[in-house]
Formats: sequence, structure tokens, C-alpha cells
Amino acid sequence: MTTADKPTEFKVLGSTPLRQDGVDKVTGRAQYGADIRLPGMLYGAVLRSPHAHARIKAIDTRAAEAYPGVRAVVTAQDLPELESKVADLGEGSMNLRYQSNNILARDKVLYFGHAVAAVAAVNAHAAEAAAALIQVEYEVLPPVLDVRQAMRPDAPILLAELRTDELGQKGEQPTNVAAHYLDEAGDLEQGFREADVVVEREFTTAMVHQGYIEPQNATALVTADGQVTIWCSTQGAFGVREQTAEILRLPVSKIRVIPMEIGGGFGGKIGVYLEPLAVLLSRKSGHRPVKLTMSRRDVLAATGPTSGSYIKVKMGANRAGQITAAQATLIYEAGAYPGSPVGSAMGVIFAPYRIPNARVEGYDVVVNKPRTAAYRAPGGTNAAFASETVVDELAEKLGLDPLAFRLQNGVQEGDRRVNGVAYKRIGLLEVLRAAQSSAHYQTPLAGPNRGRGVAAGYWGNYGGKSSASASVNADGTVSLQEGSVDIGGSRTALAMQLAETLGLPIEAVRAAVADTDAVGETEGTYGSRTTFATGWAVYEVGQQLKTQLCERAARLWNVAAEQVQYAAGVFTSGEQRLTFAELAAQLDRLGGPVVASAAVQPKTWGPGFAAHIVDVEVDPETGKVQVLRYTAVQDAGKAVYPNYVASQMQGGAAQGIGWALNEEYVYDAQGRLLNANWLDYRMLVTLDLPMLETVIVEVPNPGHPFGVRGVGEVPIVPPAAAVANALYRAVGVRMAELPMAPGRLVAALQARQG
Amino acid sequence: MSAMTHVQTTLNGEAVEFLCEPRQSLLEVLRETLGLTGAKEGCNNGNCGACNVLIDGALVNACLVLAVEVQGRTLTTIEGIAPPGGLHPLQRQFLEHAALQCGFCTPGFIVAAKALLDRTPRPSELEVRQWLAGNLCRCTGYDRIVRAVLAAAEEAQT
Amino acid sequence: MPVVWIPALLRPLTGGQARVQAAGATVQAVIVSLEAQYPGLQARLITDGQLRPELAVVVDGQTSPLKLRQPLTDASEVHFVIAMSGGAGP
Repeated sequence: MTTADKPTEFKVLGSTPLRQDGVDKVTGRAQYGADIRLPGMLYGAVLRSPHAHARIKAIDTRAAEAYPGVRAVVTAQDLPELESKVADLGEGSMNLRYQSNNILARDKVLYFGHAVAAVAAVNAHAAEAAAALIQVEYEVLPPVLDVRQAMRPDAPILLAELRTDELGQKGEQPTNVAAHYLDEAGDLEQGFREADVVVEREFTTAMVHQGYIEPQNATALVTADGQVTIWCSTQGAFGVREQTAEILRLPVSKIRVIPMEIGGGFGGKIGVYLEPLAVLLSRKSGHRPVKLTMSRRDVLAATGPTSGSYIKVKMGANRAGQITAAQATLIYEAGAYPGSPVGSAMGVIFAPYRIPNARVEGYDVVVNKPRTAAYRAPGGTNAAFASETVVDELAEKLGLDPLAFRLQNGVQEGDRRVNGVAYKRIGLLEVLRAAQSSAHYQTPLAGPNRGRGVAAGYWGNYGGKSSASASVNADGTVSLQEGSVDIGGSRTALAMQLAETLGLPIEAVRAAVADTDAVGETEGTYGSRTTFATGWAVYEVGQQLKTQLCERAARLWNVAAEQVQYAAGVFTSGEQRLTFAELAAQLDRLGGPVVASAAVQPKTWGPGFAAHIVDVEVDPETGKVQVLRYTAVQDAGKAVYPNYVASQMQGGAAQGIGWALNEEYVYDAQGRLLNANWLDYRMLVTLDLPMLETVIVEVPNPGHPFGVRGVGEVPIVPPAAAVANALYRAVGVRMAELPMAPGRLVAALQARQG
Repeated sequence: MSAMTHVQTTLNGEAVEFLCEPRQSLLEVLRETLGLTGAKEGCNNGNCGACNVLIDGALVNACLVLAVEVQGRTLTTIEGIAPPGGLHPLQRQFLEHAALQCGFCTPGFIVAAKALLDRTPRPSELEVRQWLAGNLCRCTGYDRIVRAVLAAAEEAQT
Repeated sequence: MPVVWIPALLRPLTGGQARVQAAGATVQAVIVSLEAQYPGLQARLITDGQLRPELAVVVDGQTSPLKLRQPLTDASEVHFVIAMSGGAGP
């Protein structure tokens, strides 16, 4: 581990205790959403559209309702009709009507797999059989499956009322372009005039899925008094509560969301799909609990994915190796409803570099594919694939080492982004230097058809709302209730921050994820925010506990509270001395329980930077690419729970390599998804990867009590570009399309040979 | 609804009887009828390994086996891996190596790895990777999982 | 006076200027004085009394959860940037 700035001594942070939910998860006891079973529970099934684009003329549910064992059938007619209002739901803004129409299609289906109706029955087989009996009369419309096709004036229109938005100014014509964005700095033409080398390339990337192993699921119970309880797999229980309340027009206080253990999310489990349906079905079936689970086919066809994209990049540099100008146009698939991550992609694309003259333009375009959802550093992988391969080509043309070229142009504190915002203390240069000096980069790669690639990546990270509370137990331990769903060890990372604050060993703090009735509002586990923001809430809780406990010790010793000191688990005042556990045992006689809670909404999160190095070997006959060696280098601020920081880096790298080499949605001309299973949507398996080396760099974030930066997202930003750059070094072709699947690579090699 | 079939089996060392429809998968019966939810449904078509169980010591995807097929057979699920009062070396090493993030694929990996170590007590890294190629993990990139299995093999030898 | 960086799409309203000065002790107040100098700007930044949902306000390098109510100093630098999904600001 490399540490920059002033190192801080920690006792618990940076250690590697076993995770607190570990035993449950290795013994099969942990309860995930689909594991729930309630008395009288019904099972649901969802009927989905076989068409990519069609008008719904009529739905006849009579045969389904008459099917043995069926207790309720719902269609969009059972949902409140919502106005087209953009609501700030804390999880980012969303148009409520679109959100409702995505739950159940009302007048049109907009993608293959779009939900049309749902059934609850006494078992899953009956529910599925009944759903298949629902008659839907469709008027099939031509689909639009490609963003550039969708932007043409004669393209079929998905949403009749949609007009292009340019920061509040609406276009006049119906369109599939939901929004146009622009960032500009300096004088672009002058910048290109100053360049000695200019590279301009076009890229396309395919739609890909988050690929969490646990399908979406939701169980709901509506009791006769209208109280709703939802058990589900979500990245954020409060987000489920808020969205369900908006879609069903219920007060949030009527809804309690109990987040079950979650089998992966990566951004795909922020928006709701099944929860409102389970509520409707429970209400309509006479207040019985209803469980809905998706099949893998449903997951791939109707949840996630992230945008496919078209990106054009032009960059110039002078002979001295300085980037003088950069320009990008990014067109991202939103899927059926507006909201692609093109804005984030614009923020990622040139983020690592000082660029005096730049222009970045983005378009959010609807197509007849599933509404896209966040996927780990949303939009970032596509953008970096484009810009980081162009940066690599610039370095090559200038005869410079690709890491040295990045270092020469790399941003540091005070440098401005294309949108004008100046960076605070960041760790890109430290990361690039650590990559240069890594064992991997220092070891030469030899052999035919082998090549080494590097790429850098940025993610801004996020803060948001977080809450936690804690109580001191008589045995000297502390119980922590926190609002962040634990997808990858965050309970333990939060318990560690409380233990560090209190000067206690980690064994003295036990963390639990609380439901929406049991803790203050907390945004979801996304935006690389949990260890940062919920960790900060936990730190505040610890400070309050210390203050209260000092007051109790003062009462015991009959001194003023200010005369009590607390350090490393021991209270002292003059000659008096008490351990934390000794004081905890006496609380009943000193005023009763000690409990504290805190809520935070910090704004001082710090961006994270990463650099990845990859060695590949290409079989030129088959186009198969084998990853020989991989190293991920990343600034974590302070790595609270290093094993799990490294695991985030490895997992993000693996997802990015899969995106680079294999993964893509394949649609036919009618817009039917042809590979909605894991045999044909091929994610990486053990045999596809080597061990994944990690180098954690620590440049403390000055905006966090422990220096924490988010770590979860940035590791997926560089991999596709790093692999593309390695492929070029291996076989001499610059790939401009993701995935760089064997067939495409062979075609590119053949094209080069003419 | 079709008629029920009576099935007798040995499950995690205990004699168990259940009724099932012929169309029900072993995974569905384990989870819905027998209340053993450690085997997970990730795909229901044999691609992900999250529902791995052992039948007479052989590794199978419980989603691809009909429940009626286990008549007279011996079943081991994730719930039956640990010795009484403790953890199996694989379970311990998965924790030590931080070989899980979300934990959803973990039962399948541990059952699969047990099947490997039962027949190949000291596998190479390549053998581990080949054997576990039927199990999908989306969180970890597999590095820590492979290391945990190798460490468990070593632990079992000492 | 706080310095406001004008989003590129709104620069036609400021005669092409990328940076302008505008008085005000909060982001809201600054937008009001911007409107006085450059009519039409306010409607592009605010809708229904709130900052447009697709925008985030960055003050001195940090995205403000207080948005329009964020207090400013005379030395403040204010940016209106595209709000990012999954958290990617500033």
C-alpha cells in the first residue's frame, strides 16, 4: 500500500477482521429476498410483451382470473394514472409517469419484455399458467434499435410527447432525443491548431447487463388497515419506499420496507420493478402476502441494463507531449424512457487530463430496449474506452510511454474539468506513479501475439443522506443500526469506523442493517457512498456516545464532564480510571441507557482515480483473447477494510473485462432479445481470468473524518480501454467496438491484411 | 394440478420424505417444500451453479434435476457441509480470504469446491479454475475464491 | 462578488461569456441578480421554484445538497453542472 500526505495512525481501520455476516453467508443461512416464506403466501407471475414496440389495443384477463388457484390479476388500469412530473426522488430525478408505465405498460409497450399484467396464485406454476392465458391485442409498430437511427427525423417515435430538452428549452418537434447537453472550455479550434498530432476515432459499444446473480424479487403484504410491508432485494430500502409511495400514491408512512440480504446490484437494484406489483396483488387478493421473483430471462430482458453507445473522440497534442485540445460527442441509449447516464459519461471522458480547450456534447436517446439503469460508474466504461484508446494512440504517435504521457497531462488539485469545476486534493498522479513502479509494469512482456495495455479512469463518487444509531450494551459492546444495505462487507466497514471512533476493538461493535421504520433516512448503496457517508454518520454517532459516556463517568466521579478524558477505551479523570466495559456495566445506576443517533448529508466526497495494466495473448486464428496478467491500481483515500477494497477493485476489473471481450445484448431486426440467458449472454468464468493484482494507493480525502473516498465504481472504468490498448500492442489493430469478441477481432485482423 | 409423488431420500444425513409433483425441480422442492433456502436460484437452467448440491457425492445443479429423481439417493446441500458446531475448511477459508461480497453465489461455490476436494484433495490452480467454471460470481473476479479453495485444500492436509 | 460559470448551453444568454459576476448571499439570490443582467437565465436554471432536476450546483468545488439555499461568500465560485447518475459529481 502506498500512502501520500500525512499518514494517520489507526487501530481498526486498515485491519482485516472477518465480516460480521460471514458465517450466515457461508452456511446458507443468510436470508435473501426470495428465501422468504410467509403464512398464506401467494406467488406472482408477470406477463411480458413479445414485441419491442406496439400499441396495446385491449387486454382480456378473464381466462386468467378463472384459472384454478388464481387470486388476483392486475394491469395498468390498477395503477394510479400519474402526470408527467419529474420528481427528485433523492435517487436522482425520474419522471413518475414513465416510472409507472415501466412497471406496467399502459398504452404502449416499448421493449421486448415490457411488463403488461401480473397474476397472483396459490403457487408459481398456477400463476405462470394463468398469466399465459391473458389475451393482449397489440398493434405492432416498427422498432428503433440504434441511437443514430433513432435520431433521424423520419424515425418511428416512441413517446409522442417527448421534446428535446436543452437545459429547460424544449424543442418543437416530436423526437427520440430526450436531452442534449454541452460542456465547453477554452478555444477548441485554437487548441487543435496548436496540436502537432491529432487523432480522431469513432466507437460503438453494445448494451450490457449488470449481471447480479440474484434475480429481482419482492414480497408485499397489505393489511386491512392499509399498512404495507415490503421485503425485497434492493440497494436502498428508502428508495423503494419513496418510489412505491409515488407510483401507488401512498404516504411513505404507510410503507415499511425490509431490505433482505441482496445478491448483487451494481446499480441495477435502485429502481423498483416488482414492489408496486406485489403491493397491488396483495391488496387485490384480500390482504394475502404475495411474492414475485423474476426469471433470469426477465432479468435480462426487462431490468438493468446499461446503455449501448456511439462515441466520437478527437484529441490533439503537441510535440512536447501536452494535450492541447479534446472533443467528444457521446450518444447514449436511454432505453425505452429518458435517462441514460450520458451526463456522467461526459464527466468521465476527459477527467484525468488537463485540457485547456475542450468541447463535450451528449445526447440522451430513447430506443426500443429496456429502460437503462445505473451500472457501476454509469456511462464511464464506454466513455473511457473511447478516450483512453485515443490517448494511447496519441502517446504512441508521440513516441511516449503511455503512463508517462498520462502523468505529464494528469490532473491534480486546482486543475479544472471541462465543465469548469476545479479539483480538490485527488490522487491521480500518485496512482499513475504506483502503476509505473508496480511489479507488473516493471516486468517485461515477451512472446508473439502478446501485448500490454494501460488505461486510467475517473469516478466522481457521491455523498448523500445517511443515518445510523447505536446503543451501549451492559457487557461493554455497542449495537449499531445503520441504514445502508450491505452488498459487499459494508456492515463490517461501518462497525470498524465506529470501533475506531470509540477506541474499541472491532469485536465490541456489531452492526445491523435496519429497515425503514428502524433508522433515519439513508440513501441506497450506490455512488460509492456507503463507507464514506454512512461511515461519517457512524463517526458522528461515536462522538456523541463518547460525550454521553464522559458525562456518566463524571457523574460517577462527581466531577465536571470536561474533567473526564477518554482515549483508547479508557475513561480517566485525575487518578480515576474506568474501562469502557466497566462504565457500560454501571449505566443503569448513572442515568439509564446510552443511545445516540446521527444523520449526515456531506458534500465533501472526493473523486477516485484508477489505472489498470493488462497483458493479453491473442489467438489470431480464432480471435480468442486470453488475459495473462492484470493489475488494478486505485486511490481509496483511506482503505477502511482493505480486503474488501481490493475485492471491489478485482470485481470491477472482471466486469470490465467481460464487457470488453464478451458481453452484449443481441436483438433481431424486430427488437426481440435473442440471448436472454447466461449461456448466450456470456459472463466471465474462473477459466477466463488470471489472479487479479491490486495496488491500493491512499491519498486521504480531506473531506472525511477518516480520509475515506468511495472505491466501488471507478474500477470498472479503465478495463475495456486497457484491454483494447493491449490488443493493439499484441496484434496491431485498434478495436473501435465493444465487445471485442472473437469474430470482430478476426474480422479486424483480416481487414488489416486486406 | 397433477398428482403428488412420494419420495424418500437421505438429506444431510437424515432420512427425509416429501411429496412433490413430477414437474417440480429438486431446487423448488428443497426451497419451497423442505425449507432449505441455501441453494439459490440464479438462472434455473444450469448456467450459474448457485443451486449446486451433491447427489451421492456427485455435483449437480438442483434446478436441472427433478425432485422425483432423488428417490433412494443421498443428498448434501450447503446446510449439511459444516461439521456439528463448526465450519468446514472451505467455509472458514472463504471467510478468511474475503472470497465473497454479496454472498449469493457462495453456497454453490462451496458445495462445488467440496465436490472437487473430495476427489482431488490437492488441486492445482488450473484444476480449481476448471472445476469451478460452472459457477458464476459477479462480485469478486474469482481471485479470492480460487485462493480460498487452494487454502482449504492445504488446511485439510495439515 | 461570487463568480458564476455559465453552462455552455446558456452562454447565448450572456453574450457568450463563460464567467460572470453576480451579487448574492445564496445561490438563489445570485440567480435573481443574473436574471436582472441576463433576462431568461433564471427560467433555464429553475423550474417550479427548484433547481432543475437535471442540474447540480457546485460551489467552490463541492456539489451542494442545499442547492438554491447554499450560502455564498464574495469569493465563491458557482457552477451549474449536469447532475450525474449513480453519483459522479462534481
